[in-house]
Amino acid sequence: MAVKTGDRASEAELIDRLRCGDQATFTWLIDTYSPSLKRLALAFVSLEAVAEEVVQETWLAVLTGIGRFEGRSSLKTWLFKILTNRAKTRAVREKRTVSFSELEPEDGDGRALSPERFLPPDHPSFPGHWSTSPHPWSAVAEQAVLRRETMEVLRRGLENLPRSQRTVVMLRDVEGWPAHEVCAALELSEANQRVLLHRGRSRLRAILETYFAEDA
Amino acid sequence: MAPSSDTDWQKHMGDDTVNEMACQELVEVITDYLEGTLPKSDRARFDAHLATCPGCREYLEQMRALIRLSGSLTAKSIEPATRDSLLRAFRRWRDSQTSV
Repeated sequence: MAVKTGDRASEAELIDRLRCGDQATFTWLIDTYSPSLKRLALAFVSLEAVAEEVVQETWLAVLTGIGRFEGRSSLKTWLFKILTNRAKTRAVREKRTVSFSELEPEDGDGRALSPERFLPPDHPSFPGHWSTSPHPWSAVAEQAVLRRETMEVLRRGLENLPRSQRTVVMLRDVEGWPAHEVCAALELSEANQRVLLHRGRSRLRAILETYFAEDA
Repeated sequence: MAPSSDTDWQKHMGDDTVNEMACQELVEVITDYLEGTLPKSDRARFDAHLATCPGCREYLEQMRALIRLSGSLTAKSIEPATRDSLLRAFRRWRDSQTSV
């Protein structure tokens, strides 16, 4: 994510080195940021090959623009701005309407769990409490023996989320972006970002629940 | 899970009954809780509920486990061919810079 001072050079130093033509710096940058750039591109364009091209164009734009880059925003913000602009242009060319309303929360009733999981609202003693407690699996979820398969289930689950939820969960939880950066890159309000994160995470939790229930 | 002992139940029958957070509400505000954006009063209700409800404690732990697992997934990067072509473009750019 962010260039950490200490284990990496400061951003100003990185930019200087890049301007001086230091290939190691460029390599480090593309290896560090390309996964996030590609993920973000896929929020706008549908084909992986197109996302790949958009990432490539972004890096080429960095090379032609680095001389003029004044450092008013962070390098990362600048990078993602270039990517977003290019990805949007491509989306228009693909005739894909990507108005950002498409990234607004949309699907279903949006509940984390079906109402049957809870006692009815008119229950005399415990309305809205678990009808049966969640099957416990949190303690085993990260055990080494299950890990590989668990990760595969999770990866598939993520790929199958609606695009808006997938993008937010990927950027937040897989790539560790802070909320405000996701909001800025996707032009989402904080509240909508949270709704998408919540729905995405809730679905993934439910998928793991099913998986661990089958396993039990 | 419903509070089980008589004392729990009596507590729930007190003035706070209306205010008590039900499990069904908790699972919907859990992301706000984890994000630190749940209003203070709801946060207190959330914590109070957790203290009496093993089912919700498990649910919260599941969410935390999910987040940790997601964090250890690796995002797909660009294709090696794209990377190579970028490095070639970089060298061309560098050479054109120095020749100016």
